[in-house]
Amino acid sequence: MWSYALKRAGTTAVTLLAASVIIFAFIHVVPGDPIYVLLGDTATPDQIDALRHQLGLDQPIIVQYVSWMGHVLEGDLGRSIFFQAPVLSVIADGAETSILLATMTMIWVAIIGVPIGMIAAVRHGTWLDQGLSGAAMLMASIPTFWVGLYLILIFAAWLGWFPSSGYPSVFEGGAVNLRYLVLPSLALAAPNAALILRLTRASMLDVSREDYVRTARAKGIRPWQVVRRHILRNALLAVVSAFGFTFAALLSEAVVTETVFALPGIGRLVVQSILRRDYPVIQGVILVIVVVYLLINLIVDLSYRLLDPRVELQ
Amino acid sequence: MSRDAAILWLKPFVARPIALAGLGILLATVFAAAFAPWLSPYDPYAIDPPIRLTPPGLAHWFGTDQFGRDTLSRTIHSARMALLIGSGVVVFALATGVPIGVLSALFPRLGHVLMRMVDVLMAFPTLLLALGLIVILAPSVANAILAIGLGYMTTTTRIVYGLTLRLRAETYVEAARSMGAGTTWLIGRHILPNLISPLLVQASFVFAFAQLGAASLDFLGLGAPPEIPSWGNMLAESRTFITRAPWLLFFPGMMIVATAFSLNLVGDALRDRLDPRFRQVFGEKG
Repeated sequence: MWSYALKRAGTTAVTLLAASVIIFAFIHVVPGDPIYVLLGDTATPDQIDALRHQLGLDQPIIVQYVSWMGHVLEGDLGRSIFFQAPVLSVIADGAETSILLATMTMIWVAIIGVPIGMIAAVRHGTWLDQGLSGAAMLMASIPTFWVGLYLILIFAAWLGWFPSSGYPSVFEGGAVNLRYLVLPSLALAAPNAALILRLTRASMLDVSREDYVRTARAKGIRPWQVVRRHILRNALLAVVSAFGFTFAALLSEAVVTETVFALPGIGRLVVQSILRRDYPVIQGVILVIVVVYLLINLIVDLSYRLLDPRVELQ
Repeated sequence: MSRDAAILWLKPFVARPIALAGLGILLATVFAAAFAPWLSPYDPYAIDPPIRLTPPGLAHWFGTDQFGRDTLSRTIHSARMALLIGSGVVVFALATGVPIGVLSALFPRLGHVLMRMVDVLMAFPTLLLALGLIVILAPSVANAILAIGLGYMTTTTRIVYGLTLRLRAETYVEAARSMGAGTTWLIGRHILPNLISPLLVQASFVFAFAQLGAASLDFLGLGAPPEIPSWGNMLAESRTFITRAPWLLFFPGMMIVATAFSLNLVGDALRDRLDPRFRQVFGEKG
């Protein structure tokens, strides 16, 4: 196990290193002189000289990369042109919204996707299964922002049950502010619940073909007990690991949803920074999301192998 | 195509009426795109302020938008942009993914390097990768195709790589090789012909997700220029008027769902007629 874990962590580190080169290069391939890219059009000559000296832009590109990497490892991701503040603190401001939104979305995904996937698997081949699987494919074909706009129209504008936009922090207004995240998390949950539904169904069907399930049936255990104790327990392992990947992907998938609901999260920050040409923030967000994405993947992969002793360790 | 081959391809659709319906919707979309100027009752760009935000009625079946433009005509013309982006992304993903995947599988040393590079690209979530590229390249239709296509190039490469590895181990491939067949011959004679049907499956899924990706970019104002009619652009404009003019939200959105759903149905039906050994390369998610 440990040798596998080390190898897997090593691969992640190498991928991260290669990704960091691409992210570093981002500032240099964006149209315009990097110094203007970093400081914006309103920079004074003094500022330009100071930054050019500070970043060592006259030095070879490899030296620049190493010094950038050094800053990043110390938590210095540069300064936002628009906010005139460190990029890391700008991203941290959006983290609360994004993490809460992703968590609430995963709760919906679990409540909707897993039980319905189970029902489809147990009723495999019937019209109910075909209907549910078809509905899942339909849900995966709907743009999240369209679902979001309809939720706003119905539940915010017509019925007035939930607020249509924004999110005041729960730390200032209390847990009641979570109602601002109900509609966006539902919109974001739709396609992801569909994927988890299909995965739960497929995984349960896989397990139900195993020899030990046939043995359990043959020795006369009641059908629902076979499902509960033999099929479900083994099938859910794959589903739980898919939860990890989905959560990691949600941080970037939320870009559109956060824009529709005007949520102050990381996703909307990216879009606004693109429109404001605030390149240091875009670079910082891409870096943070890629790191989180790779780390969650690593953790999920390792815990999957830890929990399921049958998975071969190479 | 011979008559028998045609029957073989149509079989999965006849067995599933809903997949046949999906194929019908797709053909209708292609028809609408091809004959848009003749099918549209009005000029999609014609502004008519006095009748702005008119609800659907006999004169304007899908109503009018905030400039008095006919929503039906704009919806029909948008089919062109949808097909252009979709086929552009598919062509890009296949034109890059097939050579990289096949060569990586046939030449393990080269493959080791190339597949690691694909892994690195896969560390970037698809939408984030697309947004980053749009920042570098500036928003336009061609760049939207490139930005979305890059994300599906990686998955296509992975699938082609997996399939080619399997094909390479087949007895008939080894037999051909031991009789002195060259790499070009192997690729042209044994590898590519066997990749056609799984790639058709992959193409329909990529086409479907490209629809959703392009709609997202348009909606964020980072895709096709706003004056070009596209379903995503129409939805972006409708946002301000959702309570006053809900019909502006309904029709373009329905078209995105209809095309993406149809493509998924067709892809699913095609996957079921695949060689079972290939099917598992796609997994359940497709």
